[in-house]
Amino acid sequence: MSKSPVLEVNDLKTHFFTKAGVARAVDGVSFSLARGEVLGLVGESGSGKTVTGFSLMGLVDAPGKVVGGSIRLAGEELVGKSEHDWRSLRGRKIAMIFQDPMMTLNPVLRVDTQMIEAIRAHEHVSEEAARERARAALARVGIPSPDERLVAYPHQFSGGMRQRVAIAIALLNEPEVIVADEPTTALDVTIQAQILYEVQKLCAETGLAMIWITHDLAVVGGLADRVAVMYAGRIVEEGPVGEVLDGPLHPYTRGLIGSVPSHNQRGKRLTQIPGMAPSLLALPPGCSFAARCPRADAACTEMPELVSASDRRAVRCHHPHRPDEPAYEGGSA
Amino acid sequence: MSASDPLDTPTVTETTAALPAKVDTPLRRFLSDYADSPLAVVAAAVLFLIILIAIFAPWISPQDPYDLATVSIFDARMPPGSYAMDGTPFLLGTDGAGRDLLSAIFYGLRISLSVGVASGIIAIIVGMSVGLAAAYAGGRTENLIMRVVDLQLSLPAVLIALILLAILGKGVDKIIIALVVAQWAYYARTVRASALVERRREYVEAAACLGLGHARIIFRHILPNCIAPLIVVGTVQTAHAIALEATLSFLGVGLPPTEPSLGLLIANGFDYMLSGKYWIAVFPGVALLITIVSINMVGDQLRDVLNPRLQK
Amino acid sequence: MSKQPLMRLEGVSKRFAKRLDTAEKIVNLIGGDRREEVVHAVDRVSMEIADGEVVGLVGESGCGKSTLGRVVAGVHAASDGKVYWRGKDVSTLSGAERRDALLKIQMIFQDPMSSLNPRMRVRDIIGEAPRVHGLISAGEVDDYVDKMLLRVGLDPGFRMRYPHQFSGGQRQRIGIARALAVEPDFLVCDESIAALDVSIQAQVLNLFMDLREDLGLTYLFISHDLGVVEHLSDRVVIMYLGRVVEVAPTEELFAGPNHPYAQALLDEVPRIDTRKRVFQPIKGEIPSPINPPKGCHFHPRCPHAFARCREEAPALREIAPGRLSACHLNDG
Repeated sequence: MSKSPVLEVNDLKTHFFTKAGVARAVDGVSFSLARGEVLGLVGESGSGKTVTGFSLMGLVDAPGKVVGGSIRLAGEELVGKSEHDWRSLRGRKIAMIFQDPMMTLNPVLRVDTQMIEAIRAHEHVSEEAARERARAALARVGIPSPDERLVAYPHQFSGGMRQRVAIAIALLNEPEVIVADEPTTALDVTIQAQILYEVQKLCAETGLAMIWITHDLAVVGGLADRVAVMYAGRIVEEGPVGEVLDGPLHPYTRGLIGSVPSHNQRGKRLTQIPGMAPSLLALPPGCSFAARCPRADAACTEMPELVSASDRRAVRCHHPHRPDEPAYEGGSA
Repeated sequence: MSASDPLDTPTVTETTAALPAKVDTPLRRFLSDYADSPLAVVAAAVLFLIILIAIFAPWISPQDPYDLATVSIFDARMPPGSYAMDGTPFLLGTDGAGRDLLSAIFYGLRISLSVGVASGIIAIIVGMSVGLAAAYAGGRTENLIMRVVDLQLSLPAVLIALILLAILGKGVDKIIIALVVAQWAYYARTVRASALVERRREYVEAAACLGLGHARIIFRHILPNCIAPLIVVGTVQTAHAIALEATLSFLGVGLPPTEPSLGLLIANGFDYMLSGKYWIAVFPGVALLITIVSINMVGDQLRDVLNPRLQK
Repeated sequence: MSKQPLMRLEGVSKRFAKRLDTAEKIVNLIGGDRREEVVHAVDRVSMEIADGEVVGLVGESGCGKSTLGRVVAGVHAASDGKVYWRGKDVSTLSGAERRDALLKIQMIFQDPMSSLNPRMRVRDIIGEAPRVHGLISAGEVDDYVDKMLLRVGLDPGFRMRYPHQFSGGQRQRIGIARALAVEPDFLVCDESIAALDVSIQAQVLNLFMDLREDLGLTYLFISHDLGVVEHLSDRVVIMYLGRVVEVAPTEELFAGPNHPYAQALLDEVPRIDTRKRVFQPIKGEIPSPINPPKGCHFHPRCPHAFARCREEAPALREIAPGRLSACHLNDG
């Protein structure tokens, strides 16, 4: 990429200090994000994808703690910032959309009150100017008759509309980066498509950079430019969406893609990844995927490094697949 | 089964993954969560000690304060640390009738606690049945029951108990009845609320699918899941009941002087307060305070531990 | 097996009414305007499920698919219409017959957290119903539970554990074992894999397919996930706001959906093999089932809607052998 990255995450470590031991929820995650780029952060529950998102927002609460690494947003180091500094950053330079829009919305306040407050928390503008910006933000995410909608309460919106309002609030102060944590998972297919459509348009038009956290490879395939696959707190594979989904290098990515029903012959058993994700409290030494991996051997008792496989791709595996192998049985390379 | 034997399929490896070796029963988990707060552990220990004292009062008291043969009026109103004529010490002094105050408190605890616990258990049984019936019946029955509960809860407990005792007269059985009447509604409301939530859960639908009878679904499936909030309300209500009984006895409408609870001891000592003989009222008061505070602290911790929303 | 379907629904409706409470009645007495809200969760649905068939039931939230599943499984009684089990009207069955019919239809639920009683051990969760119904004696429970656990791919050593000690996928297997323990013929799966991780979804789907082969089970597979339904089902039923809009054999449906809603639904599904696609969503939101649009429920969002769609609800009619659709466009 020739463009300079707006967000650079380097060796980020977020650990949870629980009674039962230290859970390394995020353990050495590095990636970068260019302006206008959508990065899909994919993983299953417990992979650390959501904790990564929360770490980027400075929202990790006890017993969790960012214990190492660096997050540079437009050149500014975020790790180690005080809560006061975070408050002025959040919403202004980096914003978040949650799976449940009610995480953002206050149920007892009207939408306009919340949006105007969000603008005026960071900027000294008149209430009229703030209201105009709020109206424009609602219109931009495809909410019909924004003037009427401004004076409504969150419960008067449907789930899809609420998520749009949450996105509009995230957009208010024109942040550099938006972290979206499974924002369409709870929505119906037709409503999800509407939101994805608006998000796609936004990124293309405004040069907004976005991290889209999801478990759904299909959504990432349709939306993102690049994808990073997480497993047990680490990125195991990273690269342009098309290359990763068509020719996955890591056996885990390959397994995930293979277990999507549409890649299997109808009515036949699905290719499945055996076993389940290890507990973060009791990670095996070496590669955390080894216990479920068909390719694992003695070498895998040592943790593989994330190494570049080409100028745009990286993989963390001792025995990666070749990029020209078909992604699944019967698929074309 | 050959090819279809699930053991042949890799799925079985899912089952062998990291699970704790020992069986992690809900009780074990509960104890470990409870121990998170050292203060609550201390409160539980104090409460345990109080219960032991109450149970073993006749054996550990230096004196049987209600055996007229051992009590001498010449020992009356002696300050803490004095000695009887026969040389036995009165650690906390004596009361107006010459009884060893420490022994009187031990016996008082015994009566206060048994009245509180007995009324609590009866009230839980009554309230639980009514609450479950309301939640399961629904419609008019539920409406009627819950309006009665509302009515009951809108009247102060002391008032209800006073009216009842005025009608019934004094006696341990009478005060237990009064305390049950004053408390059952709290339990009924608690149980109904949690039963309504549990009734909608999928495991209840599954039980219906499996053709299990109504009684079995209510008592084997729904009820055990309503117990946690009931325990929390039960602890706090027992503390209330003990305080209420002390109030009633203090007012002279509770227990007869032959069965003196802590409230009656305080009432007896109250007359001597102004003459500087503080210990006769204060020490039973402190005993009552410690009892109620430790029960409430245990109740608070139980609420935190048993609240599913606070569980990690 | 003759032509008789395993299960037949005839004009089945399910309404939920929110009755007025006393306070609202008083408000009405002094001139208020409070009405009872009636939700037509399922609106005159007729369908058949043949022995050994896998029927996928698809739709978005509020379409009534879960309610229909519960009517089929006997958890809810139908407000209207008839449910036939092996040719017999369920409402006319005697107590014992009805219980037997009920046991033959079991449900697998969505939420692996709330579908198992947290205060019961696995042994009791699985063993309770067969013991109560006399399928096994008290002494046989342990062996029987072990057999069920093995059948769903779990270690019998887990018998004495509690649900919270298992992962989501394992819990879902316990739920399946609980259903299998009463020897059902027919499983109603309500979003049974929706709450699971992708790699675990594949494992559970495989288990469903194995069980179908081994035990000759019939499935009603309720899901919002078209990819899963496509993979598993012989036939697909699509619902929208309480009504069935299209019924078709799976391959034919995915080759060419007839109803405009089915078309839109199939278009919107993100597919892993499409890259950087341009999402072209259908407009509008799903209306509330409390107050559905007149005529065809889909007309406010339908790109082809015309005058008749706003007035008259289209009937579900055969458009080709084995294919049904409820759209006025088919009348040419």
